[in-house]
Amino acid sequence: MVVFLALAILGGLTLVLAITLVFANKQLYVYEDPRIDKVEEMLPHANCGACGFPGCRPFGEALVAGKVLPGKCTVGTSEAREKIAQYLDISLGEEEKRVARLACAGGANVARNKANYNGLPSCQAASLISGGGKGCFWGCIGFGDCEAVCEFDAIQMDGHGLPVVNSDKCTACGDCVEVCPKGLFSLEPVSHKLWVACKNLEFGDKVLEDCEVGCTACGKCVVDAAPNLIEMINNLPVIDYGANRQGKEAIDRCATGAIVWLDEREGAIRGKESRKIIRQENKVMGPS
Amino acid sequence: MNEESLGYIFISASLINNFVLAYFLGICPFLGVSGKMETATKMGGAVTFVMLISSLCAYGIHWLLVLLDAPYLQLISYIVVIASTVQLVEMFIKKMSPALFRALGIFLPLITTNCAILGLALFQTNKEYDLVQSFVFALGAGTGFTLALMLMAGLREQLDFSDTPKVVRGTVITLLIAGILSLTFMGFSGLGS
Repeated sequence: MVVFLALAILGGLTLVLAITLVFANKQLYVYEDPRIDKVEEMLPHANCGACGFPGCRPFGEALVAGKVLPGKCTVGTSEAREKIAQYLDISLGEEEKRVARLACAGGANVARNKANYNGLPSCQAASLISGGGKGCFWGCIGFGDCEAVCEFDAIQMDGHGLPVVNSDKCTACGDCVEVCPKGLFSLEPVSHKLWVACKNLEFGDKVLEDCEVGCTACGKCVVDAAPNLIEMINNLPVIDYGANRQGKEAIDRCATGAIVWLDEREGAIRGKESRKIIRQENKVMGPS
Repeated sequence: MNEESLGYIFISASLINNFVLAYFLGICPFLGVSGKMETATKMGGAVTFVMLISSLCAYGIHWLLVLLDAPYLQLISYIVVIASTVQLVEMFIKKMSPALFRALGIFLPLITTNCAILGLALFQTNKEYDLVQSFVFALGAGTGFTLALMLMAGLREQLDFSDTPKVVRGTVITLLIAGILSLTFMGFSGLGS
């Protein structure tokens, strides 16, 4: 008798719950556009956030809703973007490729260390201790947090402890921009050829004491370039990329080679009058 | 009928008899989701939420079983009812608040059959709490769980930057810390008596 009672109670209980759940499933069904799944499948699944959305799925939702165009995703291949554009029957909205660029050229062979940092080998940790060991407060510390954070293997540290960005692999996701405690990285369109590879806010000999390739704020580039192209702000040249008036003449007379011309094939070209760096070993640490 | 005051029930469930650190219930989320403070907080919130729901469910189902004179079905019907109610609530949240669903969504199915939840339901029946007492008990247990999880997450985040000996790195030091944390919570045992 007891067995039947138990069976009846449990059977009744489960039946009631099952009916409630079935009913709820019908009533509370959330409609999701099936195209969102399809579009998400076509996206690169990197979830890097370069598009400005938290991940590939929110970006897919925005695409289906017509709020953005596929060109915003700079990570995927152009075929993938075209496929999405065709699938949703929208225009491609291609954006210019951007890459991460480092505003520092002070490797260990040209920049002096003011202190020897022996702690956790991470830029973020080192920068907490009076800005790291580098003589130049604004310069690259060189422990390669950016190399570690890059999911696309686009950043490699060179022999002098400076990160080198492989622009073919770089997807402009912005992870390195975020991780660098000195804020040396920025995402720049590839058409920005003229580039100031220095962030030192000092001027004159004070800069040269710490780094041989820093900007001394002499202002020659401002004079040589097209009018109003370059302006000196806080002892650093600031380039107005707006109207495309960039010219190679600005780099010619730079004595330290802090302002460079970035060529697609040859890499960074320094001015003719800039001093040649032939030292390969690290600079000796000394008092400033 | 239990005569304990509401304040005592809350303190007891959250500190003195902390579900994780004194009863060792819900150890898997305690070790699994305590790597980051952010997820730990969310998980704690989700557990508290489910505890409140299951406490209400358990109270109702216990009343029904007593009425039908079949209290021996307690354990099995608690599991069934709690699991399906959480399922129901999950659907409801998905419909009503997608933002909340995205924050809690992945945790809810994980929690439904957790031993801390079932333990709560069984404890409150054993102690013969009434409805209000059960509710406060669930709130206290949830707060205690969140507290334990957040303490652990904070410690583990600090641990990432500390120079731990190689032999204890990883799971070992986590378990050691959990033990010490449990030991400290034993210090609350005189509270409120």
